[in-house]
Amino acid sequence: MDYIGGARMRVVELGYQISAETYKINRATLVEYANAGGDQNPIHQDEAIAKSVGLPDVIAHGMLTMALAGSYVTKWAGSAAAVTEISSRFTKPVVVPAGVDVEITISAVIEEVSARQVRLEITVECAGVKVLGMAKATVSLL
Amino acid sequence: MFNPDAVGKSRKSSSTFKVTQESISNFAHAIGESEVINSPVTYSIMISLGPSQTLLEENGLDWTRVVHGDQKFQNNRPLHAGDEVTCTSTIESYRAVAGNEIVTVRTDLRCGEELAQVQWTTLVVRG
Repeated sequence: MDYIGGARMRVVELGYQISAETYKINRATLVEYANAGGDQNPIHQDEAIAKSVGLPDVIAHGMLTMALAGSYVTKWAGSAAAVTEISSRFTKPVVVPAGVDVEITISAVIEEVSARQVRLEITVECAGVKVLGMAKATVSLL
Repeated sequence: MFNPDAVGKSRKSSSTFKVTQESISNFAHAIGESEVINSPVTYSIMISLGPSQTLLEENGLDWTRVVHGDQKFQNNRPLHAGDEVTCTSTIESYRAVAGNEIVTVRTDLRCGEELAQVQWTTLVVRG
């Protein structure tokens, strides 16, 4: 985010790289998201079940990772009301071992600008690996 | 086996989902957001999940082999406490690729006549 003279100035320019933000999630975050988002699939909470289906450990809900991308874009947009579209593929799981805060780093580039809206290409990484693919958002400028 | 003839089939939720401030706040807090008047941009997944699952199950989806492939939200506006949302889910596409099945379901979320949000969920059924 860019601040000039105390007021928030948003740069809207093709190719502009929006500052990265880091989000921390842990097992408690997964339980809270499961309860709030209504997805109680045990692979997001129970290590034994996750491993029984071939996962290395408990993994975060793909929708939790996407929700964090939504938060990142909302912060830049100034309001959830300005974020008119968001989409992504779930390419790699975010593994969340017990007792660890896992860092997810999100950044974005402005890939299209018009008078009405901008399109962002969002990068979401965990331990240097891209976990979302083709992640895009549209932010209204109106 | 998913029914390949299900493309175009549609199902309207039998009841409305009433958005509460508590459910918006719980979702916002779970993802570390403090803005709690407008629903977070992906909040409505919690509303569409049930109705879209029902439609997919009616058409033979085997959940034991499903992974979430991709997701899209088109938000005409955020949801707010007091909104009463009805969901209409439609199976938009189905294809079998390299032993996997790929199903896309669209869910229209309406508040009365107003189309507030549309979601697309693509699931991959591993062969």
